[in-house]
Amino acid sequence: MHATYLASHRFGYSEPQLQTLAHDPRSWVLAQFERPAAFDTEGLIDSAKAWQITRDVLKAALNPTPTPSAEPNTNPPQDALGPMTPARKVLRQTNLQGLDKRWQHMTQTTTPVAERWVQFWANHFCVAATKGSTLAMVWPHEYEAIRPHAWGSYKALLRAAIVHPAMLLYLDNAQSIGPQSLAGRRRDKGLNENLARELLELHTLGVHAGYTQEDVTQTAQLLTGWTVGPNTSGVTRFMENLHQPGPKTILGTPYPEGPQALDLLLTDLARHPACADFMASKLCRHFVTDAPPAALVQAVATQFRRTDGDLKAVAVALFSHDLAWQENHPPKFKRPEECLISAHRLMQKKVIHIENSAYWVQTMGQALARAPSPQGWPDLSADWLSPDAVLKRIQWAERYGELHGKDLDARDLMQQAFGTHLSNSTAQTIARAESGAQALAFALASPEHLRR
Amino acid sequence: MTRSKFSRRMHLQQLALGAGLLASGLLPARLSLAALGDQTPSEQRLVVVLLRGALDGLAAVPATGDPAWEALRGGTETPPALPLDSTFGMHPGLAHLHRWYLNKELAVVHAVASSYRERSHFDAQQQLESGGDRPFVLSTGWLARALQATPHSAVAMTPAMPLALRGADRANTWTPNRRPNKSQDTLERIAALYADDLPLASALAQAMAQQDKSMGAESATGAGLTALAQHAGTFLSAPRGPRVAWLEVGGWDTHSQQTARLGRMLPALDEALAGLRESLSGHWATTTVLVMTEFGRSAAWNGTQGTDHGTAGVAFVAGGQVAGGQVFTDWPGLGRPQLRDGRDLRPTQDLRAVIMPIVQRQFQLSTGAMNAVLPGATQPLDALWRA
Repeated sequence: MHATYLASHRFGYSEPQLQTLAHDPRSWVLAQFERPAAFDTEGLIDSAKAWQITRDVLKAALNPTPTPSAEPNTNPPQDALGPMTPARKVLRQTNLQGLDKRWQHMTQTTTPVAERWVQFWANHFCVAATKGSTLAMVWPHEYEAIRPHAWGSYKALLRAAIVHPAMLLYLDNAQSIGPQSLAGRRRDKGLNENLARELLELHTLGVHAGYTQEDVTQTAQLLTGWTVGPNTSGVTRFMENLHQPGPKTILGTPYPEGPQALDLLLTDLARHPACADFMASKLCRHFVTDAPPAALVQAVATQFRRTDGDLKAVAVALFSHDLAWQENHPPKFKRPEECLISAHRLMQKKVIHIENSAYWVQTMGQALARAPSPQGWPDLSADWLSPDAVLKRIQWAERYGELHGKDLDARDLMQQAFGTHLSNSTAQTIARAESGAQALAFALASPEHLRR
Repeated sequence: MTRSKFSRRMHLQQLALGAGLLASGLLPARLSLAALGDQTPSEQRLVVVLLRGALDGLAAVPATGDPAWEALRGGTETPPALPLDSTFGMHPGLAHLHRWYLNKELAVVHAVASSYRERSHFDAQQQLESGGDRPFVLSTGWLARALQATPHSAVAMTPAMPLALRGADRANTWTPNRRPNKSQDTLERIAALYADDLPLASALAQAMAQQDKSMGAESATGAGLTALAQHAGTFLSAPRGPRVAWLEVGGWDTHSQQTARLGRMLPALDEALAGLRESLSGHWATTTVLVMTEFGRSAAWNGTQGTDHGTAGVAFVAGGQVAGGQVFTDWPGLGRPQLRDGRDLRPTQDLRAVIMPIVQRQFQLSTGAMNAVLPGATQPLDALWRA
């Protein structure tokens, strides 16, 4: 029975009926990596269009044209981008549409563990709409670069994530210029080492892999030329005239001049022993427990190395290992978005009021698409469980209880979803609620639902 | 006004609830102390502001008098500075801080860094917040360890508990309510439901105690830095409120377009600190504000009108007891041979030596306790205080 609980709640996004996977929870998890549910991109923009929308917004912010305001301004207050121009309305609509599509998929997918896997990698290769150029780029990065490669080779995923316009803009590589390149000699411009450092530190090797400042500088030189454009096209291009000429040496390995060096470097980084260890420990920490057993991490890392980073094989190694299914690992505290998604899966409802829900998730501490740093959202319970966070989750639960509690039986809902794992105190608290709304608030704010 | 009446009622009910939970034995004894806040509040107050992402110290406090300055940072990229002394100026966006400096209420510490010498934000912040001499040797925060040794309580104006405050029983987090709890009954029953789950019970009890101190704050507008700083000042001013507040703001990782970005962010920081001071009203005389960041940035511009990760930078210490109006520094110089690795401002002052006297003044620790707060830190910058 415990395995069923783990499959549903810890590895997935919470299933409304625990019984449906009770006969063989392991197979239920593993089969998801054989046939992950497809993500429907119908109607979503590509990154070229996202870049165009972004440019329109930035242009409008730079050259504000006074528009007669027919409607009273009930929109969010003015910020660095100025008033709500037509271009900003398009941006907002586009981002909401991307979020809507994503949430409908997350709440309705038949392969929730595979979806959690996608979200793990999207967060690992974090891009954020925290600078002008990436305002519309976060969701396209997820569906163009992460989703198609989440079950393929790690190296292919790494490449797609790194050279996507969103990443090149977010970590400044689009502007980085080789000092001795044609453009660098002509203009007073040069290197920006932001992407180079995070590629080594966050995306592949981890901070303790032994690379030096010189390795970072050489990596930055190797990456010059990979940019977005030219002009308005919004697609990734390698531009020879920005590329630092000459060979580079990174971690003792020489790389040639030119665009082909990127694949050589990424292949070497993906095969570096530190990379497998780093990915394995992050995966186990995210899916299993804050301090995963070393033997489990080692098994996953070994599989990563043995299969040259075949992510499907890595997933199988993780989710078929007995240590992942051990009963006594301390549970994790869900992230706010995980909480929103699991609530809707339990209620078997679609997320409505997308913007409002996003605001709630932000209030609970997770401003979606605006992670605070390239490290992405943190992953330990201590990073999320704080006094303010708990109070905000209760306020959220109270609100969602009002929204959905009238036509739901929270007792039944929790019984179906948690079975014998539902504590007596939660069951009783819900049973004694004064209204459907309050009962659902108790269910959503219960320790069972807040943790996984 | 009806709003604030409402929250006053909430406040009374929550006090009653706290007492009720205590009486019913639902809260463990140690926790109940925490929930009720600071038992013996002192007059001394401390605000720590962490700028995440690494503020460029040479942009905030430019060394305009250094012989190498013009070559390194001169030109139109750099806005004209407000004068501090013959060597240093202050970014024009920090007008309030500049005024405080002239009034001798703000000291600048320059060429300062923790003992961290690599260039990872995440390791550097871990080390700075934990107070260790290397990243990840300590998993609790220096402020938390100081709090544990004293009856003080603290509040972080963040949704998550910052590492600096992890490990303390009397550390809280607070952000403005989007929608305060409607039903006191719901809140009470959930508090009871958490009785078997210590982390949740403890967190909720803390949050409810903090709500007591934030009467009317739900109706405040915005969750911007200035609003948070003002709330912090209000909490610190409450008779039985916390005496330590933590603020943080990200976005300082200016790899590109630095001048434009700092041109927006430094005035926002300046405004927030002014708001903090205002909301502290009469308590400024017994308050110390420390503004710090995880490291400095490269001395020269990079190729994209920004700066890359560096080593030494700047810290600000403000307040009524600070020996302000001076720049504490053993200035290493900006000539290429003086730069660390030929690129960064060389650190000549340990940030922990700046933190030590501030901790000492706030918490009055014994030598042994201080050593547990900042293990291995030496040579406190005692000249920080006015005689």
